[in-house]
Amino acid sequence: MTRRLAVGQRVLRANDDLAAENSARLETAGVFSLNLMASPGAGKTSIIEHTVRRLAGRFRLAVIDGDLATSLDADRAAAAGARAVQINTAGQCHLDASMVQRGLDALDLSGVDLLIVENVGNLVCPVEFALGTHRNVLVASVPEGDDKPFKYPASYRGMDVVVLNKIDLLPYVSFDRARFRHGVEVLNPDVHILELSCTTGEGLPGWLDWLCEQIEVQRQPIEGVSGRA
Amino acid sequence: MHELSLAQHLLDLALEHAGQAGAQRVTHLHLVVGELAPLEETSLGFYWDQVTLETPAAGSSVHVRRMPLQLACLDCQGTFEPGGATWSCPACGSERVRLQGGDECYLEAIDVEVEPRQKELA
Repeated sequence: MTRRLAVGQRVLRANDDLAAENSARLETAGVFSLNLMASPGAGKTSIIEHTVRRLAGRFRLAVIDGDLATSLDADRAAAAGARAVQINTAGQCHLDASMVQRGLDALDLSGVDLLIVENVGNLVCPVEFALGTHRNVLVASVPEGDDKPFKYPASYRGMDVVVLNKIDLLPYVSFDRARFRHGVEVLNPDVHILELSCTTGEGLPGWLDWLCEQIEVQRQPIEGVSGRA
Repeated sequence: MHELSLAQHLLDLALEHAGQAGAQRVTHLHLVVGELAPLEETSLGFYWDQVTLETPAAGSSVHVRRMPLQLACLDCQGTFEPGGATWSCPACGSERVRLQGGDECYLEAIDVEVEPRQKELA
């Protein structure tokens, strides 16, 4: 006998459930966390290096690095002063919640204020796979062109922050900032857009200020909630 | 490549629901996928055949209902499917538009075979 069963659940429900577990762990430990996404070469690792160097004296930082192969990025984050865990995805084009769970297992979260998860460089699917981090951050860069939100709307949606990197190249590249911002804002009405250059340092204070504010908020105990580390 | 992950997740979800209903086999899966969800059907089908081997979903087919990218205009309240690389409202020209639909990716229903319970032998 054939029957039709109504399901009505997201295909990635199991991943969503695991992401919720990760989120609860981070919340309990008072760790503020980012899922940093971008195409390869946009400057994720450079932003992490600058962030770690400038905030290491103030906060305890950790990085989970997702890459197809090598530990080059984790090595750079560690050299800058963060505790770094490399996850090699063995060909998978994104990090998922179970990989981040392994990363969390390898870190002592009680000694961490800020966790940056550096996703695999890919503008196709990472945002589909929730990790349990607090904020989604997309790093775009000027040489990629102002049309990317329109060409990759799937990747540009669901973002809390969009960082436009390499603004020192604006004089040399045809890039319409208004057009770029329009595409980003259509997909993310409440998005925070920041412009910076890791090469000249312009705009970096704005990024660091935003980050520090978020970390401080996360470290404050929530009234009425007990048992929080 | 992520279609392999999606296929595995899809299989787990379908078998969970089939198992709860006491079904022996899954024959059809009905997916709803927005234009923005990164799912390529040919690729999914390829991995589907692999991951379902020797499972109750072996030989089943996956049907995908695609949903278009839909934007809503904040000024005239109209909705539209954008064409090309501009996202202005075609009715009033406003650029104050928001994403309304097209990013869903869920399993709507599955068709299963349930054997009628055999009478207990005395």
